[in-house]
Amino acid sequence: MSEFDTSFDFDGRRVPFRPGQTLGAALVAAGTTAWRTTRLEGRPRGLFCGIGVCFDCLLTVDGHANQRACLVVARDGMTALTQEGTGHDDT
Amino acid sequence: MKVIVVGAGIVGTACAEALTREGIEVVVVDRLPVGAGTTSRGEGNILLSDKAPGAEMALAQLSRRTWLEVGDLVGRESIELEEKGGVVVATTHQGLGSLISFADRQRAAGVMALEVEDPLVLEPHLSPSLPGAMHYPEDMQVQPVLAASRMLVLAQQRGAQFRCGLEVAGALTDTNGAVSGIRTTSGEVIEADAVVNAAGTWGGVVGERLGGPIPVLPRRGFVLVTEPLPPMVRHKVYTADYVENVESSGEGLETSCVVEGTHGGTVLIGASRERVGFDTSLRVDVVETLARQAIAIFPFLADVNLLRVYRGFRPYCPDHLPVIGPDPRAPGVLHACGHEGAGIGLATGTGRLITDYLTGARKSEPGAEFAALLPDRFVGAESASESASESVAEQVPAL
Repeated sequence: MSEFDTSFDFDGRRVPFRPGQTLGAALVAAGTTAWRTTRLEGRPRGLFCGIGVCFDCLLTVDGHANQRACLVVARDGMTALTQEGTGHDDT
Repeated sequence: MKVIVVGAGIVGTACAEALTREGIEVVVVDRLPVGAGTTSRGEGNILLSDKAPGAEMALAQLSRRTWLEVGDLVGRESIELEEKGGVVVATTHQGLGSLISFADRQRAAGVMALEVEDPLVLEPHLSPSLPGAMHYPEDMQVQPVLAASRMLVLAQQRGAQFRCGLEVAGALTDTNGAVSGIRTTSGEVIEADAVVNAAGTWGGVVGERLGGPIPVLPRRGFVLVTEPLPPMVRHKVYTADYVENVESSGEGLETSCVVEGTHGGTVLIGASRERVGFDTSLRVDVVETLARQAIAIFPFLADVNLLRVYRGFRPYCPDHLPVIGPDPRAPGVLHACGHEGAGIGLATGTGRLITDYLTGARKSEPGAEFAALLPDRFVGAESASESASESVAEQVPAL
């Protein structure tokens, strides 16, 4: 039995969170530290500034690319995806 | 010969690069690090397309050639110098008519201006309902802070010094009354044969302190930055009313649409113009207007996030021309400022002109096409320059 009753979906797995926690905080608490790759060299990125300034912790939330994990407050049933590159179709 | 360049922005560093190329000893002084003022607040335009034939066009053409030389010296990629070309779009049929006649005049001055049958071939994501466009293959883009840093480093490799943290307090004068150096606000004295005022939007204050007041005023602009995207905007794209807005002198808000992609993937959206002193406050209504105008020409932007908005202060002269050349009231002082929104593009040519004035090349062959840029036009108009420099001086601490 988990100590949380709320969770969101991250790349197909369940990540529990406390009410008020951001996606970034919940991911780090669950042991995930990277959820984006850089546009040019594909390097892993996660939280850096943690306060909405650096735009390093971007991921795709409910179909919207480039959301800052450190600012988006988790809601039950949300779907978050690792973001590769710009998060848009590079065509 | 030893020359002090006041200002480590794009114009000051271009002057330092051009002067040291001729073997002249240079000291660059600035209150702040390289590119900390208006240089870091713009879009990196190197444009011929928005210039009417005349002194500014001649300077833009000289600058374009010189930018390519500088690019070859420091490496074009290292400063993100791109010969991407410009596309000017008309939003009305009447606007298309004036765009076409403006282009005819520019062609007579040697500018390449191509009428575009179908703008979507050049820019596939443009709104399909625009009446027409003009293509200017010679327009370019550069990353201004990288360019200023690289030009400064190049000048330093040739022996120039950069003295960061110094503010000019006044001029030293010799027994003949000629300027022979500067005093700083910290009491330091630096001697030189000439002093170049490349202080950008703060050039009015510096000019006054050096004994040659010129009416340079701030004209605020906002730039919107989108999230990084795959390449969607290939050229410098702007609407035809941009040129009219630049040439107007109103104090109220004016906006026209300028859109371009950057090397990093973000799209930059400008351009607003307001004369509000050095007020840094954010106007949400201006941001909304700029965004709405950009969406009207590039509909895909409606679904794109904005990352941030930055603002800067263009160095504005009442006659919309930069002030370049020796000041007859203060022998030994040369001005190189007041480029308004075109300072990045015009920086390298300004460096060439200043070097030519100092080495005499331009004096033996006066270059009548650049005479309209000389500070002489403000001599005798003391009442105008006094009121202008006064209003700048009140606000000098702000950046």
